[in-house]
Amino acid sequence: MTITIEYYLVLSAFMFLVGVAGVLIRRNAIVVFMCIELMLNSANLTMIAFASFLGSSVGQLFVFFVMTVAAAEAAVGLAIIIAIFRNKLTVNIDEINILKW
Amino acid sequence: MYNNIQEFYNTLPLVIVAAGILISTVIEMYSNKSENFLSWFSIIVFLASGFYSLFTLDARSIVLQNMLATGGYVNIFHFIFTFSAAIVCFLSIDYLKKYDAYFGEYYILMQTSVLGMMMMAGAKDLFMIFLGLEVMSVSFYVLAGINRKRLTATESALKYFLLGAFATGFIVYGIALIYGTAQSTSFETITAKFSELSGNLLFLTGVLLFLIGFSFKIAAFPFHMWVPDVYQGAPSTVAGLFSTAGKAAAFSAIIVSLFVLFTSGAMRIITPYLSVISVLSMFFGSIVAIAQTNIKRMLAYSSISHAGYLIIGLAASNTEGIAGIIFYLAAYSFMNLGAFGIVSIIEGKEETNLELNSYRGLGTRQPLLAALLSLFMFSLAGIPPFAGFFGKYYIFIAAIEAKLTWLAILGVLSSVISVYFYLRLVVLMYFYDSSEQIEIEKSNSGLLAVFISAILVVLLGILPGSLLNLIISYL
Repeated sequence: MTITIEYYLVLSAFMFLVGVAGVLIRRNAIVVFMCIELMLNSANLTMIAFASFLGSSVGQLFVFFVMTVAAAEAAVGLAIIIAIFRNKLTVNIDEINILKW
Repeated sequence: MYNNIQEFYNTLPLVIVAAGILISTVIEMYSNKSENFLSWFSIIVFLASGFYSLFTLDARSIVLQNMLATGGYVNIFHFIFTFSAAIVCFLSIDYLKKYDAYFGEYYILMQTSVLGMMMMAGAKDLFMIFLGLEVMSVSFYVLAGINRKRLTATESALKYFLLGAFATGFIVYGIALIYGTAQSTSFETITAKFSELSGNLLFLTGVLLFLIGFSFKIAAFPFHMWVPDVYQGAPSTVAGLFSTAGKAAAFSAIIVSLFVLFTSGAMRIITPYLSVISVLSMFFGSIVAIAQTNIKRMLAYSSISHAGYLIIGLAASNTEGIAGIIFYLAAYSFMNLGAFGIVSIIEGKEETNLELNSYRGLGTRQPLLAALLSLFMFSLAGIPPFAGFFGKYYIFIAAIEAKLTWLAILGVLSSVISVYFYLRLVVLMYFYDSSEQIEIEKSNSGLLAVFISAILVVLLGILPGSLLNLIISYL
């Protein structure tokens, strides 16, 4: 059996949906952040699959950019989570609710 | 890299800001008293870059291996970004002293965010859109929580970060699908193939995900939930930057990426989607703003409804609509910065004086600030002869020309509703008296910034045609 591009696309779409569902359902800020990383990685997988299917290297290049940006985002995001933990001693987004109508 | 020296000159607005970032970092490393110096240095960097781009509108070219466009309306966007950022720097000088919250990275991050915006406005490739967006957003996440000892600021940073990164996920996945179906990341190739691809479900999903991601960034209705919390929790000056330059940058990215499609009318297939989003944003923003008691939250909901008006211009998808959006963004940036500027001057230590009731009787105690705030409120409400009126006028005209008269009528209705909460503030200032006196610290640089915005709002209101003709001739 040969593995065609559809398999990769379905797998990455499934990963993306898991990520979206995780962001909407989970309440721990760090887990939510991990789900966002999952969404970015599913996009990377799509990009790699297309790059190999089309025989163009642009997609692979793009993945390097996405990984770099994700690393920068992770640095900032974890710093923000630490800052809020120092103030409030929790990272549960249901309890972080002083800004409310 | 650059093919000739002219290309280098054309990208000079970006190069100035990038050099400014490096120099500011070095200054911050070696100086103990960078606070005063860096603020003025960044103002000079922003003004140099802004006026250079305004004087080189004719230098239209595509540089760096088809990655970046320069000149024309791109430079008008550069001017809006840099000038707004310069005004925010003026406001920040005294605001940061009041909160005792100066950190060396504040002005540097402001410069990096502006560099990201400029990359987005000039993008010719999905690479540049993505990189510019992330450079801007990551700087914004940090700026929102810059006052890291306050719980409100860190909470707003967390909310902004989580939802902003969520939106980025949508944009990256959309870009992946667009790349796979169009076999290229260059806008030229994608727009050339657009009509043959418009039957491809994967491609349309990609475009839709891309637009959903940007709806987060421009704060349109179903994706607006972060806006009030972030604007309320973030420092007032930074919130002013988010709501003006940040929104203008996201719109510039949508305009440049879909520009050819908008002007050729091929974008009509997503007009229904845009119309629904714009109607919902306008009415949701205007109606919920009425119930607000905190002025920063009220301005946040008003910014949601302004996003709705701007999307009318996208839905019209003709040249007049795009010109109207650029005019509206310029007008909106200056009037909203003025309003946030006055809020940041009146705001006391420990986030006091932010309730609407603290503005009672301001007309007698602070006649100058009250008069200027009323001017900005009239302009935001769209009352002639201020800039806000002509912004709405041009966009509604474009909608009528695109046979979307019903959308224009709903827009007018929504702005009638919004008059209520803008004018309520004016009424509170002039027709009510307050027993308690609020203390307001003097801020000369802040007042100067508010004055500049007021002059621009009045000028754009008196001579709207000059800017609009300039925009149209460079589209």
